[in-house]
Amino acid sequence: MNVLVRIKRFDPEKDKKPYWADYRVEVDPIDRLLDAMNTIKWTMDGSLTYRRSCAHGVCGSDAMRINGRNRLACKVLMRDVGDKVTIEPMLGFPVIKDLVVDMDPFFEKYKAVKPYLINYDNEPGTERLQSPAERERFDEGTKCILCGACTGSCPSVWGNPDWVGPASIVNAHRFIFDSRDQGAAERLGILGQRDGVWRCRTIFNCADACPRGIPVTDLIEQVKRAIVYNDPGSE
Amino acid sequence: MMAIQKARARAARPLYLRSLIRSDFASRPPPASRIEERGYTVYYKFDVVIVGSGGAGLMAAMQLPNTSVAVLSKVYPTRSHTGAAQGGVAAALGNVEEDHWKWHMYDTVKGGDYLVDQPAAEILTREAIDAVYELEHRGLPFNRTPDGRIDQRRFGGHTRNFGEGPVRRSCYAADRTGHMILQTMYQNAVKNQVRFFNEYLVLDLLINDGQACGVVALEIRTGEIHTFHAKAVLFATGGYGRAWRVTSNAFACTGDGMAIAYRSGIPLEDMEMYQFHPTGIYKVGVLLSEAARGEGGKLLNGKGEYFMERYMPTLKDLAPRDIVSRSMIQEVKEGRGVDGKDYLFLDVRHLGAKTIAEKLPDITDFARNYLGVEPITEPVPIQPTAHYAMGGIPTDNDARVVIDPQWTPLPGFYAAGEVACVSVHGANRLGTNSLVDLIVFGRRAGKHMAKFIAENSHAPLPDEPEAYAREWVDHLYSSVGGESAARVRSTLQNEMDDKVFVERSEQSLRHALDTLDGLQETYKRAQLQDKGKKFNTELVEAIELGFLLDCAEATIHGALARTESRGAHFRLDYQKRDDVNWLKHTLAYKGVKAHDVRLEYKDVILIDDPIFKPKERKY
Repeated sequence: MNVLVRIKRFDPEKDKKPYWADYRVEVDPIDRLLDAMNTIKWTMDGSLTYRRSCAHGVCGSDAMRINGRNRLACKVLMRDVGDKVTIEPMLGFPVIKDLVVDMDPFFEKYKAVKPYLINYDNEPGTERLQSPAERERFDEGTKCILCGACTGSCPSVWGNPDWVGPASIVNAHRFIFDSRDQGAAERLGILGQRDGVWRCRTIFNCADACPRGIPVTDLIEQVKRAIVYNDPGSE
Repeated sequence: MMAIQKARARAARPLYLRSLIRSDFASRPPPASRIEERGYTVYYKFDVVIVGSGGAGLMAAMQLPNTSVAVLSKVYPTRSHTGAAQGGVAAALGNVEEDHWKWHMYDTVKGGDYLVDQPAAEILTREAIDAVYELEHRGLPFNRTPDGRIDQRRFGGHTRNFGEGPVRRSCYAADRTGHMILQTMYQNAVKNQVRFFNEYLVLDLLINDGQACGVVALEIRTGEIHTFHAKAVLFATGGYGRAWRVTSNAFACTGDGMAIAYRSGIPLEDMEMYQFHPTGIYKVGVLLSEAARGEGGKLLNGKGEYFMERYMPTLKDLAPRDIVSRSMIQEVKEGRGVDGKDYLFLDVRHLGAKTIAEKLPDITDFARNYLGVEPITEPVPIQPTAHYAMGGIPTDNDARVVIDPQWTPLPGFYAAGEVACVSVHGANRLGTNSLVDLIVFGRRAGKHMAKFIAENSHAPLPDEPEAYAREWVDHLYSSVGGESAARVRSTLQNEMDDKVFVERSEQSLRHALDTLDGLQETYKRAQLQDKGKKFNTELVEAIELGFLLDCAEATIHGALARTESRGAHFRLDYQKRDDVNWLKHTLAYKGVKAHDVRLEYKDVILIDDPIFKPKERKY
């Protein structure tokens, strides 16, 4: 099938502002959108710039705005986009070049919620015990690949770049509800602040955008409830 | 909520979030290490420079707290290809049935078709146990048994009591164990405030006075070239699966570390030993984990027969990967592919919707997404896919790089993970042993470097350290009139798929070598359309193509010389294993052109135990 691919382009060394470029590509219906972009880069315009690595939805490199929604280009099939597709960099991130955005602020926010196991006890000689039910309690958050699709789809992030954003809360949730972890209060103290969970307006864009099927908004609500009912530091 | 209440007493007064983020920003480039600026070159000085942010690199970094360490990654660390590993990490914990590290060692040695250095395999399997516990302590969310211990499942080639039958040895976290390992290690790196240089592509290794002293790297975002001065350098750059067209490997797997070492005069070991995983998605190459067969999935031919029992009656579909891939090629050759084509089916229908959803969620998604196939009701089209390099930069058991058959180390230079050849995988790696390799030898590399930097000072940098890298990049910018790198790469990948696949012969390998010779010439004239400096991914791809060509060269030469069949290396013209002449490792040294490679050999290290004596490999 023949598809029109419209891509928002911007080269900081040449362009004053972004512009739209159109490419006509011959694709197979079960090709990924990433395949179509590679065809453009490798046979038509070598300067087209985007990130990609694993090409099957587990590394999180190629999150971008596809027909108005944040998706991984390697998880979108051509048969599902019709004969015209528009691609833009994700909103809410500074653009570096074409579809490449600056992910550094995203990772700094992630680091701010202490996204690692905190446990003050001595380590046992073997594993710490955890029941299957306790393990299941935080399973959803462990799927996160830090692609930024949720954060880049969130109107609260667009309006307030300082907000910690959904991805960070998902990764805080992953540890807050881990039975082995003892840092929940520290994290809830951080997330209970003005730029913590409360800027979430339950718009659900994040859950729609997540390529891993994580119910992001639901997890954020769980953290809110933990702060309201249990949190020691949210006075 | 238990955790929350438990932690209440320990809660520190929370910092204001906004200032927390800002202060992290401010500390991002610590100006102290940036001691000299001239032109567009920035010079950094660290005790340890780790190249690569996958499992091996981060495991090493975790062993070096309060040390001056830089981790260079050409992607963001969480994009590393360790994250794509699915099935599990083997360790003889014995949590669900009796198991011993010596059984694991036996499987590793036999699975590697006896090209494994046996003392290294002992280290691998003994230390796997402790390394898995270390991961759990650092937060890795393993699946659990009903009594709360780490759950374990079956995997190809892993047996009880020296080959009697399958054993549950693979510790796993659903079918995204690699993802969890990578995330857990990155989380710990964040905790330990490891200094990352993200999106830096390493171009050169610096050696002076017979000692490694740093690397030269391209900062992709700015196009600037930087020198990193170090006491110790660890390459943990992964494999080179992108030399093939159908591959499970990420675009980033372009053999950077191997090629850079090779160009520096360091040999590459056993490069002819390249694994083709049996179950890649047809045409796409994306992997459907061996866990599918570990849980009971089976391979089906075009006639609807479960054919593996004909080839390997005991382990059947759980035989090692080289054997399964070869059996698949045989089925296709004898006309039993699906619809007369070159693919077969993976069948998990009989496992039921519940097991599939709980134990194999990711690979079910892949089948639905990329083939539109519903694994619960339909078999999934699959073919062998380029997957893993058993060979690589030769190292000793402390991950120190050794440069000749006499095991002479190059002081200050280390390699771990897929880029390295210890050799624990020999001629064929067992499923789950790649993750074991990362954690065991990544850890050993870190510990040995800690000792090394305490005892040594920085070797002086060579004059004009970045001269080679800059000349190369300038050349790529200024070439005119040639083909695009993308076309050269496409020719290489097709040739490797056709001629250097599961089965090889003198004829196919000579053809590949001639093609490669031509491609190396074409590559010198490859032309870029994008002449910009900032975030030039066309330049990055062209540089990576150069690495791939070098890796392919060493692979083809090793394969051509090895006139026997062993593990993943199967010669149609020499179909038997030949222990008299070939129980030895290939060392390939780079020459000027594709035909000039020099080969040397070193003996496989055996231990004095009759159980590990080479014998015929049956399952």
